[in-house]
Amino acid sequence: MFLINCPFCGERDQSEFSSGGEAHIVRPKQPTELSDDEWAEYLFMRKNIKGVQFERWNHVHGCRKWFNVVRDTSNDKILSVYKMGEKPPVNYK
Amino acid sequence: MKNKYSVFSLIKNALSQHENWQQAWGNPEPKKEYDAIIVGGGGHGLATAYYLAKKHNLKNIAVLEKGWIGGGNTGRNTTIIRSNYLWDASAGLYDHALKLWENLSQELNYNVMFSQRGVMNLAHNLQDVRDLKRRTHANRLNGIDAVWLNTEEVKKFCPIINTSSDIRYPVLGGTLQRRAGTARHDAVAWGYARGASEMGVDIIQNCEVKGIKRNGDRVEGLETTKGFIKTNKIGVVAAGHSSVIANMAGLKLPLESKPLQALVSEPVKPIIDTVVMSNAVHAYVSQSDKGELVIGAGTDSYVSYTQRGSHNIVEETLKAILELYPIFSRMKMLRQWGGIVDICPDASPIISKTNIKGLYFNCGWGTGGFKATPGSGDLFAHTIANDEPHKLNAAFNLNRFVSGDLVDEHGAAAVAH
Repeated sequence: MFLINCPFCGERDQSEFSSGGEAHIVRPKQPTELSDDEWAEYLFMRKNIKGVQFERWNHVHGCRKWFNVVRDTSNDKILSVYKMGEKPPVNYK
Repeated sequence: MKNKYSVFSLIKNALSQHENWQQAWGNPEPKKEYDAIIVGGGGHGLATAYYLAKKHNLKNIAVLEKGWIGGGNTGRNTTIIRSNYLWDASAGLYDHALKLWENLSQELNYNVMFSQRGVMNLAHNLQDVRDLKRRTHANRLNGIDAVWLNTEEVKKFCPIINTSSDIRYPVLGGTLQRRAGTARHDAVAWGYARGASEMGVDIIQNCEVKGIKRNGDRVEGLETTKGFIKTNKIGVVAAGHSSVIANMAGLKLPLESKPLQALVSEPVKPIIDTVVMSNAVHAYVSQSDKGELVIGAGTDSYVSYTQRGSHNIVEETLKAILELYPIFSRMKMLRQWGGIVDICPDASPIISKTNIKGLYFNCGWGTGGFKATPGSGDLFAHTIANDEPHKLNAAFNLNRFVSGDLVDEHGAAAVAH
């Protein structure tokens, strides 16, 4: 349980948000050309990092907008929040 | 067995004030090389080592555990055991485990307190009724005992459930598997550890894996906090940390690790003599032999490796519990905790080879791995020893995420296991 600083609404309880999982997984540009392995990679395989992870969140019980969060999954500390389409911060590996 | 437990050994040791019991398993330093190394000293890992030694004649085996054995999810679950899964592959897998449970105390000469008190799954809406009825039919076709109970029969089987029609989660019926039940979670880890240790397996605690050494497409050994250990067979049974180990070998797995919570109440006199699961509202209750209510909740929605979980998840579960069991309204909770569960997209486990020779994974058990402990160990041992899956775990390979041949137990098990 933690607070998330929604870029549109400000700091709110995590229970107002829904987690969209790993961020920056790009939808294949030409799905018809994808091999089964590439589909598996896109659909199912996840980094599932213990440590600093880039992820998507949706303020589902608020403004309902999507945005990105950098969070340390080993202690649930949020390191950075940035909007969709913005470049991810570079100071986290 | 050197030190067989029996009523006679109990009497003998009672006469010496129980001061002369032998250590149940050894505490060795790692050797330079092993024929096989199991990463993870939980129930599944210890069972794997036990069956490798017992059935596949491998003697030079080590189990590496970063903490103490049984200190991860083995010691954190709500101990529910059942096999009433929808699909044939799952039914085969989980019922194999249930059959091993039925004889496990004798097999290990260790009382795992397996209690076939029955598991009842409640239906709260029309869709639950349809799904659960379908599941009982599927179970019976697979030779797994299952019956459908209507509301009156549910009330008769477990009288403390509130079955009035005007509650928030009305009970429209339920399924019952009478062979299902619970076991003592620590005893399972300890029993397997003792059995494995007896056959010469080195159980090495406080030894964390830091890296996997590869030579081209095969493994050569493990970097650990106790130095480098050579081996050409590595079986990873690291539950919530499976992805962490996989990343060391440059592999990605279809897993997300999330906190799953449970709680126990203050101990009270016997009040509920079965296990009741309400999957749609994430409320799972049974009573331990000490008298505590053992309550399971749902998972958090986000990836996290903190073994705690969110308060609102527990609150939702307790709301549902109080609606269904008003008699518990004044009970106090003693402890609450979380464990990190590795969840597959199809809510079924992975017991599989990988594309790296000598590297095997047993993971993805998600919210319901405890029930499978003996079967999982047996089948994983077979997979490691023969470099081929057993027919019971053939469907649970990693390649199913490429082929699309998933074993979707999300709907079948309702949400949780």
